[in-house]
Amino acid sequence: REIYLNLFFYIANVPFSLVYFCLFQTVEHGFPHQPSALAFDPKLQLMAIGTKSGAIKIYGAPGVEFTGLHKDTTAVTQMHFLPGQGRLLSLLDDNTIHLWELVAGPPREVGGVKREGMVCLQEVCSYSLPGRPGIESCSATRVTVLLLLRSCELLCVGTEGGGVYFLDLPRLSLKDGQTLLQDQVTQSLPEDYRCGKSLGPVESLQEHPQQPGKILIGYSRGLVVLWDLSTRHANHLFLGKQQLESLVWERSGNSFVSSHSDGGYSVWAVASGNPYTHQPVSSSIPYGPFPCKAINKILWRTAQSGSPVLLYSGGMPRASYGDRHCLTIQQDKEHVTLDFTSRVIDFFTVHSVELEKEFDDPSALVVLLEEELVVIDLQTPGWPSLPTPYLAPLHSSAITCSCHVSNVPPKLWERLVNAGKAQQGQQHTWPICGGKNMAPLPKQQELLLTGHEDGTVRFWDASGVALTPIYKLSTASVFHTDCDPSDDPQDPSNDPDAQQEEEWPPFRKVGCFDPYSDDPRLGIQKISLCKYSNKLVVAGTAGQVKLDMDNDERSDHLVDVSVVDLLQDREGFTWKGHDRLEPRLKPAPFPPGFQPLVLVQCLPPASVTAVTLHAEWNLIAFGTSHGFGLFDYHRRNAVCTLHPNDSLAMEGPLSRVKSLKKSLRQSFRRIRKSRVSGKKRVQEANAALAEQEEVAPVQRRIEPRSADDSLSGVVRCLCFADTFLRDGTHHGPTLWAGTNSGSVYAYALEVPGVGLGRVCERSGAGEGSACAEAVLGKEIQLMHRAPVVSICVLDGRGKPLPDPYEASRDLATAPDMTNAHSVLIASEEQLKVFSLPKVSAKTKFKLTAHEGCRVRKVAMVVFSSTAQEDYSEHTLVCLTNLGDMHLFSIPGLRPQVRYDCIRKEDISGIASCVFTKNGQGFYLISPSEYERFSLSAKVLTEPLCSIHLDRPLEPTPASDGPAAQPQANGTHKNQTSQAEGGSGYTHAHTHTHTHTHAHVCFVIFLIFFLPPRLSFLSSPLLFFSSCYFS
Amino acid sequence: EQEYHRDTLLLIFEAEYRRFALKRNGPGGFQEFYHLLQTIHRIPGVDVLLGYADIHGDLLPINNDDNFHKAVSSANPLLRIIITKREDEPVVFATNSLQRRKKGLGLTGLRTTGSSSTHQKNRPGLLIGSPQDFRQISSIIDVDILPETHRRVRLHKHGTHKPLGFYIRDGVSVRVTPQGVEKVPGVFISRLVRGGLAESTGLLGVNDEILEVNGIDVAGKSLDQVTDMMVANSHNLIVTVKPANQRNNVMHRGSKMSAGNTSMRSAGSTGSAPSHDSPSPASQSNPITASNSVAEGDSEDEDEDGDLIIENDSLPPYVSHHVTNGNNSNHNKDSPSRRPDSSTMVRPLPQSVSMPNSVGASLSNSPLAMSNHNGSPTHTASSSQESMREDGNIITL
Repeated sequence: REIYLNLFFYIANVPFSLVYFCLFQTVEHGFPHQPSALAFDPKLQLMAIGTKSGAIKIYGAPGVEFTGLHKDTTAVTQMHFLPGQGRLLSLLDDNTIHLWELVAGPPREVGGVKREGMVCLQEVCSYSLPGRPGIESCSATRVTVLLLLRSCELLCVGTEGGGVYFLDLPRLSLKDGQTLLQDQVTQSLPEDYRCGKSLGPVESLQEHPQQPGKILIGYSRGLVVLWDLSTRHANHLFLGKQQLESLVWERSGNSFVSSHSDGGYSVWAVASGNPYTHQPVSSSIPYGPFPCKAINKILWRTAQSGSPVLLYSGGMPRASYGDRHCLTIQQDKEHVTLDFTSRVIDFFTVHSVELEKEFDDPSALVVLLEEELVVIDLQTPGWPSLPTPYLAPLHSSAITCSCHVSNVPPKLWERLVNAGKAQQGQQHTWPICGGKNMAPLPKQQELLLTGHEDGTVRFWDASGVALTPIYKLSTASVFHTDCDPSDDPQDPSNDPDAQQEEEWPPFRKVGCFDPYSDDPRLGIQKISLCKYSNKLVVAGTAGQVKLDMDNDERSDHLVDVSVVDLLQDREGFTWKGHDRLEPRLKPAPFPPGFQPLVLVQCLPPASVTAVTLHAEWNLIAFGTSHGFGLFDYHRRNAVCTLHPNDSLAMEGPLSRVKSLKKSLRQSFRRIRKSRVSGKKRVQEANAALAEQEEVAPVQRRIEPRSADDSLSGVVRCLCFADTFLRDGTHHGPTLWAGTNSGSVYAYALEVPGVGLGRVCERSGAGEGSACAEAVLGKEIQLMHRAPVVSICVLDGRGKPLPDPYEASRDLATAPDMTNAHSVLIASEEQLKVFSLPKVSAKTKFKLTAHEGCRVRKVAMVVFSSTAQEDYSEHTLVCLTNLGDMHLFSIPGLRPQVRYDCIRKEDISGIASCVFTKNGQGFYLISPSEYERFSLSAKVLTEPLCSIHLDRPLEPTPASDGPAAQPQANGTHKNQTSQAEGGSGYTHAHTHTHTHTHAHVCFVIFLIFFLPPRLSFLSSPLLFFSSCYFS
Repeated sequence: EQEYHRDTLLLIFEAEYRRFALKRNGPGGFQEFYHLLQTIHRIPGVDVLLGYADIHGDLLPINNDDNFHKAVSSANPLLRIIITKREDEPVVFATNSLQRRKKGLGLTGLRTTGSSSTHQKNRPGLLIGSPQDFRQISSIIDVDILPETHRRVRLHKHGTHKPLGFYIRDGVSVRVTPQGVEKVPGVFISRLVRGGLAESTGLLGVNDEILEVNGIDVAGKSLDQVTDMMVANSHNLIVTVKPANQRNNVMHRGSKMSAGNTSMRSAGSTGSAPSHDSPSPASQSNPITASNSVAEGDSEDEDEDGDLIIENDSLPPYVSHHVTNGNNSNHNKDSPSRRPDSSTMVRPLPQSVSMPNSVGASLSNSPLAMSNHNGSPTHTASSSQESMREDGNIITL
């Protein structure tokens, strides 16, 4: 009885804590990997992109996104919207046709917050043409083209065998007896044209723009038939002789244009009377007379303002420009050849579709390339390209590092946005604006910074669903490089020079995907931003550390350059790697935005492996493979340079000679990798597998980490903290450095004006020129010698110390300086908390020994309770080499929960993972896409949008619907009731994700925190309910 | 003529195993043979006792020409000779009879005789060096709780410079279940490095299946995970294996076991009461762990990793300290003079360059490091007090 009463007492008096952990993969940012199909719904203003992995992504206005995933990971080859209906047809590489529908999801509850059921994309039914009996190969019924009639009731399917099949919509059922086989057409052909040969596959199907029920059928051999569907009779035959690629109607229906494999196009008149037309009205090969490549697709758009606009892809002279990816826009005398850096997948124009209008009046051209989406404004003279608010090619230059800044102060945000606007030029309206973003406005602004191989840092607005570029900072302008930066205008599309050149064809470089780096040394390795003082530190491959300060005015100034030798006068060391970058000596004009103040160059110029900034103390710490340095940027003075180990510093990691070659090779490999087709990759993988089987099985050597590993000198992490290093009564600035060999060095800093004013007093009154000083205070050699991944000092309450300025400006609760501090050291193998100032181990968790996984990323995350507004807990989140997330309480290091998140084979995904402070995170699922995930039910960023459709938006059908869905929403509903207070429904994104095999699981932990006195009597109560959907 | 080749080195109990050939009629007498052995083992001038294993597996002494010739004649063709240091137990020699020694030494230990427990008390004649001179490198533990087919081996990496010396691979393990034979993925030892710790213990063999690493079941874990777990525990690795060769689990009489082969001996000790010369369970072995190692042998039980923590108690650096701390000499020698001036002069860029030197020095000197680890040595402690005092002064100023 006594125990019972005790228990009651405690539960009643201890604040009842309710923190939800969960794992949601909420949204993908960036550009879909390997797109293969494009579609546009002019009524709903929605654009769909299909990928080689079978994913469909629909985009409307910024923030409006839907995702669907085919059951098979087969490439989507074609897509067609049923305009206004919110339905979409997709043709896959495996010859199946699928119908997708936007449906309203059921209302749901996430973390106790009720949410409206939202629209999501769902597959309704699928169909595949049956092979013809008696014909061995199925290639005859392989679908080449689809045509959806405007009435949306009939789908015409052109095939390789030359037959055209008709399917009823939306049921996708074959209309028996209506099939138009090639023989029927051949019979009506004149004898001399027939000459016994087949007409070839159906290359194009186009509906007559004015007379419904009449379609143009274009065969590969060149024959075009105007077919009347109601009479089932050929109205007109156009006896083309050139191999056909595509067809397009003129709006009036009086003529059409055909494009051909020889790089030419022809205009045909549709005159009634003579059933045969032998010659086109006009025909031209724009880039002749030498042999040209095929014009794959042609569009003909009439304009009120004058001549029609002709748009076509390809047609380049084979010998001189056969390798270019081009699209030509032609109107009257204006002729522009858009020169892209990657292959053109498909394109469309945004134009008026109302029948009553006389002209097309195209307003924009949307081109889907293999690596980016380019939109050209056709209304503005000069046809400038429009910046995209989403689908940004993150990989325009390969991402080398990333950094997330949450809760950006409005001041910095505003300045960044303004600086970005100045960079992008005038603002345009985005032509694809379907749907309505229902997501609440983000409570705080979030920045994602990505560092790139070409030395740029891009600032992205990561507050919402659409990852929007804000601002781009180029570091190359500080250096002399082989390629002068003035050759490389910031926005090449606005560059007027390119158009005026007398060159033929009139090329114009468009798009920003540029994987070739001018100088690999410019690559950004580490970024650190102080959001309160607007200072940014960017560190790169050639040991450069650059401090930038935000300035909203243009400025001409000389950047202070300091060279810091990390291996002070060490004899016998020769650096065999790349030289340091040569800084510009002349003052350069810097546009508003972040402007460089100080440049520190490490010697030897090894790549920077760690960097940290303490703006309050005016200090930058940076580490390379050869040691680390501390720089007082206020006084432009290196405070100290230290290298963790003599002999190791001499050696340096690996052979430096290869570094440049290697990085070049890597960047090429990356390009190649992104271009290799799926099939080829499978073949390669199979070949590799076959090879493996022949050789001996994989063996792993079991040896402890040795101290003389060549990489052991690498500085892995650096951290500033105001804590107790000297003794238990005086705290002061400290610097912590962790190396690859499991060593941690702690330095006591003396920063003028910081701490107890000891320095000032000692150095005499009013001494302004006093320098910061550093003295080695402690050294910890972890016995297991695993690389130190992260160091974090915890205050007296066991919470991480706040960021610089946070405490002094009352932006965060002040750290507890009355109780003893401790330091959390996370190595690849263990998490350990040591007491301070006397360093002794307090708690630890041997992750590798227990789980066999190694720590890759560590972050301190604040989890807020969904039930109580003001309640939050600090948690250590740890991503391992197996791609799973482990959550630990701090400072107790008790394991809380574990999630599978990233495939363990996805090494670049794991390496790219970055956490936010509130429990979200990003990782690259492809070179061009970030997956956003959330570990906290409280903070979710996911698409919430609505769309006005012509048809009633049906609620999600039950699970016994016509097709079993990968989304299987029905099962969700059932489980909603089981998971108490949990979430049963999730948006399609969560499931349709191709790149992770993560189970989407909702695990709800209700943790009763019992006081220590009780917790040894009984283990903490843990209520646990979970449901897994895979 | 006396060509010999070194076959294996057995480090257990600092024993050395050599195999050499000699003509049956070659050595003239005991004295000559005695000197020959001393040369071969490079122990000239060390008094040793010789014994040999006869055809019955019994240990018999060689101390005169007669029994030496007897020994040579019994060789067919291999003759196992056991050499023991005489100093180890001089008393034993005086009182011991051949008969007694015969039971006390090596081979009899292999036999799980009931009398083995009495050896320690009744037989002072055991010619084994005192445990302090030995360094344990491996042991079989938990024999009482494991199934007979399994073996739990503890490898003590620390204190030896040998590599652990083994490789693991993926494989298929066959399990017999009530439903029938089941094939499951498993992890196996694929290779032993010659001269490595794993090989020299003889407790691990190629194709042994690894079941647990430091008490954690490896079922369902990938090869890389198991590798990482082993590396993480490499300083004190406990692997539970299912030996591919199950014959050693059963007690065999003498047959193929050599006197010098410690692995056989260890295997033989399973199930028998611990005798003095067989590796004992971990709990007993801890006290005798290497005196020259860094005393981390028992870290597993204590869960004490023994991270090396070097505290520079000289913080903040003042005059009084630098005299005492020799490590910091080249930097700190000028510091006392310079420190006070620092208030008035701007310092040159490189300040604390020499710190790593001190680090290197202290690292290389492990006894010093150890003493720091266990508690500050007196001189640094006093210096810290001084520095504390100075702190106080400054504050009061």
